[in-house]
Amino acid sequence: MKARLLLEDGTLFTGTSFGAEGKRVGEIVFNTSMTGYQEILTDPSYCGQIITMTYPLIGNYGISRDDNESLRPYAHGLLVREYAEYASNWRNELSLGTFLKEYGLIGIAGIDTRMLTRKIRLRGTMKGVITTGNESPEELKEALSSPMMRDQVARVSTKSIHIAPNVGKRVVLIDFGAKHNIVRELVERNCEVITVPYNITAEEILRFRPDGVMLSNGPGNPKDVPEGIRTIQKLMGKVPLFGICLGHQLVALAAGADTEKMKFGHRGGNHPVKELSTGRTVITAQNHGFAVTADSVKNTELEITHIALNDGTVEGLRHKTLPVITVQYHPESAPGPLDSGYLFDRFLEMMESFARKGETMNA
Amino acid sequence: MPKDSTLKKILVIGSGPIVIGQAAEFDYAGTQACQALKEEGLEVVLVNSNPATIMTDTNMADRVYIEPLTAEFITQVIRKERPDGLLPTLGGQTGLNLAVELAKQGVLEREGVRLLGTDLHAITCAEDRDLFRKLMKELDEPVPESAIVHTVEEASAFADEAGYPVIVRPAYTLGGTGGGIARDKNELQEIVENGLRYSPITQCLIEKSIAGYKEIEYEVMRDAADNCIVVCNMENFDPVGVHTGDSIVFAPSQTLSDREYHMLRTSALKIIRALNIQGGCNIQFALDPHSFQYYVIEVNPRVSRSSALASKATGYPIARIAAKIAVGYTLDELKNPVTGQTYACFEPTLDYVVSKIPRWPFDKFVSANRKLGTQMKATGEVMAIGRTLEESLLKAVRSLEIGLHHIQVPDSGKIPDEKLRERLVTADDEWLFLVAEWFRRGGSLEEAHELSKIDRFFLHKVKRIIELEETLQQAEELTPELLLAAKKTGFADRTIGQLRGMPENEVRQLRKQWGIQPVYKVVDTCAAEFEAETPYYYSSYEQEDEVVSAGKKSVIVLGSGPIRIGQGVEFDYATVHAVWAIRNAGYEAVIINNNPETVSTDFNTSDRLYFEPLYKEDVLNIIEKEKPYGVVVQFGGQTALNLARDLRDEGINILGTSLEEIDRAEDRKKFEQLLSKNNIAQPPGSAVTSVEAAVETAAHLGYPVLVRPSYVLGGRAMEIVYNESELRSYMKLAVKVNPEHPVLIDRYLLGKELEVDAISDGIDVLIPGIMEHIERAGVHSGDSIAVYPPQSITQEQREQLVTITAQIAKALNIKGLINIQFVLYKGEIYVLEVNPRASRTVPFLSKVTCIPMAQVATKIALGQSLKEQGYSSGLWQESPEVAVKVPVFSFAKLRRVDITLGPEMKSTGEVMGRDRDYARAVYKGLLAAGIALPRFGTVVATIGDKEKEEAIPLMLRFHQLGYKIVSTSGTADMLEKAGLPVERVHKLKEGSPNILDLIRNGKADLVVNTWTRGRTPERDGFRIRREAVEHGIACLTSLDTVDALLTTLESIHLNAEPIGAPQVPGKKAAEALMV
Repeated sequence: MKARLLLEDGTLFTGTSFGAEGKRVGEIVFNTSMTGYQEILTDPSYCGQIITMTYPLIGNYGISRDDNESLRPYAHGLLVREYAEYASNWRNELSLGTFLKEYGLIGIAGIDTRMLTRKIRLRGTMKGVITTGNESPEELKEALSSPMMRDQVARVSTKSIHIAPNVGKRVVLIDFGAKHNIVRELVERNCEVITVPYNITAEEILRFRPDGVMLSNGPGNPKDVPEGIRTIQKLMGKVPLFGICLGHQLVALAAGADTEKMKFGHRGGNHPVKELSTGRTVITAQNHGFAVTADSVKNTELEITHIALNDGTVEGLRHKTLPVITVQYHPESAPGPLDSGYLFDRFLEMMESFARKGETMNA
Repeated sequence: MPKDSTLKKILVIGSGPIVIGQAAEFDYAGTQACQALKEEGLEVVLVNSNPATIMTDTNMADRVYIEPLTAEFITQVIRKERPDGLLPTLGGQTGLNLAVELAKQGVLEREGVRLLGTDLHAITCAEDRDLFRKLMKELDEPVPESAIVHTVEEASAFADEAGYPVIVRPAYTLGGTGGGIARDKNELQEIVENGLRYSPITQCLIEKSIAGYKEIEYEVMRDAADNCIVVCNMENFDPVGVHTGDSIVFAPSQTLSDREYHMLRTSALKIIRALNIQGGCNIQFALDPHSFQYYVIEVNPRVSRSSALASKATGYPIARIAAKIAVGYTLDELKNPVTGQTYACFEPTLDYVVSKIPRWPFDKFVSANRKLGTQMKATGEVMAIGRTLEESLLKAVRSLEIGLHHIQVPDSGKIPDEKLRERLVTADDEWLFLVAEWFRRGGSLEEAHELSKIDRFFLHKVKRIIELEETLQQAEELTPELLLAAKKTGFADRTIGQLRGMPENEVRQLRKQWGIQPVYKVVDTCAAEFEAETPYYYSSYEQEDEVVSAGKKSVIVLGSGPIRIGQGVEFDYATVHAVWAIRNAGYEAVIINNNPETVSTDFNTSDRLYFEPLYKEDVLNIIEKEKPYGVVVQFGGQTALNLARDLRDEGINILGTSLEEIDRAEDRKKFEQLLSKNNIAQPPGSAVTSVEAAVETAAHLGYPVLVRPSYVLGGRAMEIVYNESELRSYMKLAVKVNPEHPVLIDRYLLGKELEVDAISDGIDVLIPGIMEHIERAGVHSGDSIAVYPPQSITQEQREQLVTITAQIAKALNIKGLINIQFVLYKGEIYVLEVNPRASRTVPFLSKVTCIPMAQVATKIALGQSLKEQGYSSGLWQESPEVAVKVPVFSFAKLRRVDITLGPEMKSTGEVMGRDRDYARAVYKGLLAAGIALPRFGTVVATIGDKEKEEAIPLMLRFHQLGYKIVSTSGTADMLEKAGLPVERVHKLKEGSPNILDLIRNGKADLVVNTWTRGRTPERDGFRIRREAVEHGIACLTSLDTVDALLTTLESIHLNAEPIGAPQVPGKKAAEALMV
């Protein structure tokens, strides 16, 4: 079946549908990872976005039961050069096309995704409408004028509190759109993880007497999540905090720094990040369209710990006195390089030393 | 960390001659490295024995030594140059082994030379199987169950316990030389014996076979500050068991989920860190297709063939960055030269699919075993880029130049079903085409997978191509949609035409009419995330085209495609020089080529690089896009010349010698007319179009005659036949004779062969040099030792050669290069062959005469005369030094191939020996070619009847040098009669111990064997020759080579001779002493 994409700048792409039928509007973003489409699709941070993969062959290894990063995909659609109608991998359970259909996502194949990527690079992220229907160009243009979603976090965050019981450190995970692998990384380190909704209060969190609070990744503009900012402000100093992606941006805002929208963001698994204290560069997985502005950090109690090697943007922060660390990228990987898992160890050390300090204080 | 300021002068070791397992990729790597070092202001000293390389050009390094790559010579260079550091990891296994040897001998320490980049410990750890396994155990990285063995007994003890099949891998060898898969005890014995012999430390690894696993490679880089990146990963079409150099490879991996990709990536980084690699490294994995289980198969702690491929596949210049790392830089301070704005410390991401297909020499070696295993057999490879796997794969097939334009081999339809099924089980060079045939017959994907163990993903891709074939065939009409689908899948117009029953041209017209044209996309390392500065393009059928032209007039140079026997790196050398000359003349130089190993396909060689098949359709598309001022075809060997004909038909401006003239040189009749008009002699002969005419002509000419099909490449299917029955069998087996494809028959003149390369602008003819061949006419010029300047011809003959050359060049109105081969027979000069293009001796002669021949020729093609360039007619002043070009063969890699030299070219590469006199030059040449030159020892001689007379003086010389001569009865009788002491050995049929046992037991130091004619001698001779090759003993099959070798040995030999008795006039000697 024919499917189309109309961009804000008027460019029309025509391809073939391989997902659900319908019409969706969203911000078009490109991801340069060559593998990991399943993790990307199910990363709640893509809520409301239409993803194009720069690698042209997508669907090669199918969909596996174990690689979802949340309970369902929240993206609006997937644009690829070629959809692999035949998937081959021992863990393949269903085809990517079937998966998209199951969750009502539109998939369009046969698009010159490199051209699309170049357009985004030159013009910045654009809105687009994708459809499998026969709407007239005017109708599609009309659809494009609908306002962008601003409540993505509310849509993807958990509605209830739930616990993964364990015997180690107790971590409260504020779910702004958390990827499962954050939980897996914590559980692997014997943490007990209590996942809570984004709009929970600090008091409620502290009632769990956690050893640390994990601020998850999530979709959209951090300024659209004032609840989170307030909660973080109250938690700082009371409990060690580790923020990832949106969590990192919220900490920055909570500490008085500022964020801005990037031209087309960082999305992919090959982004070099330099840790300023060691001078070491690691390759990271990233997915963000907003960034903390470096200048705004100067007048806060935060300091920059990591920068993106290529464009110098802020990739990591630390509080000068309190146990707060954050990174803009994804140490939990999935998809992406496993080079930054050590940050979870650092979070554990931070909880450990905070606990020791507390003991001494109590004694 | 910035550059290490204590380094001022650096020695770079090249990889020597092209052999199977070590090809042009090291010219590319070395050239990049030299450039990278020079731009740091470092003084670069280069040693390499291979003259046919860009890296040995004097503008690449501050000082270039073309000397044998032995520890002795490198030590000399070190003492002379006193470098601060040695960069060993860019010269392949050869460079690495030499560095290890120099370090072990204490030379580096004594002379204060630092080993740069990866240290010795890492090299040894990765290369020594035992140490490597220990390290993997420490790291908890799985390696297949295996044992290190030093004897056959140890090997079979392991195999008995682990179970067959097992894989045998000899330690420290190139391209897996001597390795293989053993299915039973007998095979094991053979392979292990062989492997131990080839391993310089007599060590093999016996490994439990993990055949059927996916084979995945990672190209990794690391700097001294421990920053690590993966440049590229790749997945093989064929499962584990086939040498990666013989595998069809895709980049990036296709069937790995993110988890698998990063599991292996993490393992790769762990290993490169543990080894403390500083530079590039290649790690090969086997991955279970049914679980997360994987094994580390191999680690190459250096730049390799795979890294050349990864470089071209991603655009990331691995060798260049490795060189910078070696002098102290870290990845995060080096810019990515492709984008110019981002850093080298990142991981390239592809937005296309890359396919690599090896190019095997089986068209030359029809008798060779074509099955693929752990021993690499390919001489070269092609790479293609597409936006779908099918497009990429089919473009790669077109690039191969094996007469195919689609995944279909002629006559594959005739293979019986059972045979096809059988052939799907074991990989051979036609595997891909057999899979295609399987699906064409309606075979199931599951069964294909069961038989071949090829991943279903790849099988499905092939199946889709076949399904599209069927759709094209069955569709009522060819709609624009269907045609576009076929183009997006990579089908050639010709294939579409064949399936639709219409001429190729019509398909092309339809495409144009419907606006179905390829666009060109950029290879930019970053999937368009950043703007790229490098103009590296590939075609695809998509929406957006990205070619940017500076608006200057462009000139297209056609490259020479994959390295094969008869068309080696020499042609890439000439191509690169042509590009330089074009840029120098103010045009934009555009190159089309598909060989990932070469300098010509490096991102900064030309103004625009199109990585595309050298196939008519693809080339025409580029020409339509570029609208060039002209196309240069004379440097790309026969490949480019063949294309030129198609281009001319499209009315494209061919620069240089016109095609009419090229055809005149290649058309037998026209050429004969030209020669006779100018009174130039040629061996009598003619072209025939039937077997009977051949017999008649031969009888008329008199045997022996030289026969060959017209339009040949590298002397393919050329033979000397001695009688009618041989002729008949040749006509039946070797060629398909018909009026369209005549066969040429010439009287075979057994004389001295001479070769001339000349440059002509139509008015003046400059002859840079004359070369004399050591082996007599009949041995392919590419396989004989060429000597410059000629040692045995008179001044008059020189002048005659110059006159004839000038006559022919002018008569053909040559505008550029011409190569002429002559035979000097009974004092008379005959013209054997004229090639109106760059020949394989261009780099050699350019280097010894210091005339940049390809550049001069290119400028002529662009309209600048010889005079304007400061040259004049005639023979260039001959150098006082002597240089020899010695061919190098890869026989050890190719079982069942006869090593006898003949009119068919067999060598894969060449080296140069240069010194103040002939004997010294030959000595260096032979040494560089890997021929051991023992000063005494045992020579095993078996001489055919025809050569017996001629052999006696040669054997006498061996005797005088102190050699023991061992022969079988016939030769022994002859030598004894001539008064020479001979030790007799049994012939094969005479029972053990026979001549083969002698060789096998290492009792021979040199084998001279000329048994090539007649049934038994031929068969036994073959076995003797193979035995010598397989035991690494020099085997000479031409008495001319023997003569050259003896001259050399004599010149270094200080004879022990008894003194003469006093002589008193009138007295006998004995009495003279009694005073």
